[in-house]
Amino acid sequence: MRLLCCYLSILFRSQMQYRTSFWLLATGQFFLPFTTLAGIWFLFDRFGSIRGWEFPEVAICFAVIHMAFAISECFARGFDTFSSLVVSGEFDRLLVRPRSTILQVLGSRFEFTRIGRLAQSLIVLIWAIAHASIDWTLLKGCTLVLMILSGTIIFAGILILAATMCFWTVQGLEVANILTDGGKELAQYPLQIYERWVVRFFTFIIPFGCVNYLPLQYLLGRTDGHGLLYALTPLGGLVFFIPCLFIWRIGVRHYRSTGS
Amino acid sequence: MSTGSRLSRSAGTTPVRSPDNRHRLSDKRPPRNPKRYLSVFRIRFTSSLQYRTAALAGVATQFFWGFVLIMVYIAFYSSSDLEPPISLPQLVTYVWLQQSFLAFIMLWYRDDELFRLITTGNIAYELCRPGELYGFWYAKLLAQRMAGALLRCLPILVAASFLPSPYRMMLPPDFLSGVLFIISLLLGLLVLVAISMFIYISVFYTMSPYGSLLMFTVVGEFLAGMIIPVPLMPEWLQDVVYLFPFSWTADFPFRVYSGHFSRTEAAIGILLQLVWLVVLVTTGRRLMLRALRRVVVQGG
Repeated sequence: MRLLCCYLSILFRSQMQYRTSFWLLATGQFFLPFTTLAGIWFLFDRFGSIRGWEFPEVAICFAVIHMAFAISECFARGFDTFSSLVVSGEFDRLLVRPRSTILQVLGSRFEFTRIGRLAQSLIVLIWAIAHASIDWTLLKGCTLVLMILSGTIIFAGILILAATMCFWTVQGLEVANILTDGGKELAQYPLQIYERWVVRFFTFIIPFGCVNYLPLQYLLGRTDGHGLLYALTPLGGLVFFIPCLFIWRIGVRHYRSTGS
Repeated sequence: MSTGSRLSRSAGTTPVRSPDNRHRLSDKRPPRNPKRYLSVFRIRFTSSLQYRTAALAGVATQFFWGFVLIMVYIAFYSSSDLEPPISLPQLVTYVWLQQSFLAFIMLWYRDDELFRLITTGNIAYELCRPGELYGFWYAKLLAQRMAGALLRCLPILVAASFLPSPYRMMLPPDFLSGVLFIISLLLGLLVLVAISMFIYISVFYTMSPYGSLLMFTVVGEFLAGMIIPVPLMPEWLQDVVYLFPFSWTADFPFRVYSGHFSRTEAAIGILLQLVWLVVLVTTGRRLMLRALRRVVVQGG
C-alpha cells in the first residue's frame, strides 16, 4: 500500500509538470459527457419516462457509472496500456522485482486528467439526489458509496481481463472496448429497459446489474421485502474481481517475453 | 498479401508513413491538374484498405453499439403514447446507417500525420510538392474515409437487414429515394471533409490539435445528430441545428433513405448541400492560403 502511494505521488508530480496541458485535458473530460447527458435529457423531454424510470433516477445511474468509469480509468490505466509493456519487453523487468505484478502494473500509469470527468459526474449525482425522491438512511448512503466502488472494481476487472489476453496475442485487442466503453454506455440507463438476455448477461456474468438497477431499486424503496439483500448487491462486483485475478495469474505463468 | 498482414498488425487507425510518399514525389508533373489529386486519392485509398483486422474489430463494436441504441429507443417508444416525429422502423434504419457509415460522419476520425507535419515543420516538404496543398489534403482525407467506410459498411448493412423484426433495417421505400440517398450521402461526405479541413487549418494557428478537435467533435457531433437523432430533438434545438452545416453530413442522407423526407424536400436539401460545399471549400481554401503565407516552419 505504501508503495502504491509512492507510485501515485511520483506520477502525479510528473503529470503536473505540464500544467496547462493537464488542465486543458481535464476541462475537456469535464465537458465531454455533458452532450451525452443532454441527449438523455432531450429524450426524456419528449417521451416523459422510460419503462417507469424518471429522469433523476436515470441520472443517478448515469452519474454512478461514469464516476466508476472515471476512477477506474484513472487508476487502472496501466492495464489499459498493458500491451505496450508486453510489446517492448518491459514486463520482464516487473517480473524480477519482489512485488506482485498486479501492484506494479497498476502503478505503471495513472491518468489524473480523468478528474474532470469525475467532477462532472459528481455534480450530476448531487443534482440527481436532490431531485429524486429518496428517504435517506445510513444504509442507503453506504449502498450508494458501495455502488461507485464496486463499479470501479468491475471496470478494473474487465481491464485486467483484456490485459491478460495480451499474454497470448501480444497486441491489445480493441474488442475489449465493447465491455468497457460499451458497458458504460449500456449501464447509464437502468439495465431493466433492455432485452432479457442482455439483462441476464450483464447481471450474472459481468455484474453491471449489481451496481445499477438492483441497488437503485433499494435506494428508491421499490423492493418488496428483502431490502437488505438488494442493499448488498454491489458486493457482487467483488465476486467478479476474484476470478479476474486468477486468470491474470494463469496469464502471467504463460508469459513468454518478446525478447526485445 | 504479406505486406497486408504486416501493416494491419502494426496500427489501429493512425496510418504508418507508407512508401507512397516516394511514389508521389517521383511523379513530377502530370499533364492535367485533377489527375494529380486523383492519384493521391487512389494511393491513400489502397493503403487504407490494408487495415482489415482493425476494421473487423470496428464492425463488432459498432454492431454492439447499434444494438444498445436501438434497445434504448424501443424502450422510450414503448413508454409513451405520443405520436413520435419519426417512426420506429425509420429510426432503426437511421441507427444502422449511422453505424455503418461511421467513417463518413465521425469528426474525430483524424489523420495524425497531417498534424505532425504542421507541428514538426515537415510541412516544408509538403509545400515543395506540385499542386495546391488544400487539394492534396482534401483528396487524402477523402480517400481515408472512403476506405474506412467501405470496409465497415457492408458487413453491418447485410447483417442488419437479416435481423429479426424490431431490429431489422428496412430497404428504401422506392428506387428513387435509394438514388437520392446515395447522392446525398456522397455530397454529405464532401461537406464533412470540407469541415474537417478547418480542424487542420486551425492547427496552423494554434499548434496543438486537441483544443479544436475537442470543440469540433463535441459541438459537431451533437449537431449532426450523433448523440440523439435530429428529429427527436426539441423544436428549438432543431432550428439551431439547421443553421449549421453538420446535419447535412450525416442526418440528412439517412432521413432521405428512410423516406422521412419527401422527394422534393430531398431535392432541395441536395441543392443546399451543394451550396454549403461551395461555401466551405472556398472559405477553407482562402483561410489556408492566408495561413500558409504566414506559416512558420517549426524546428529543424
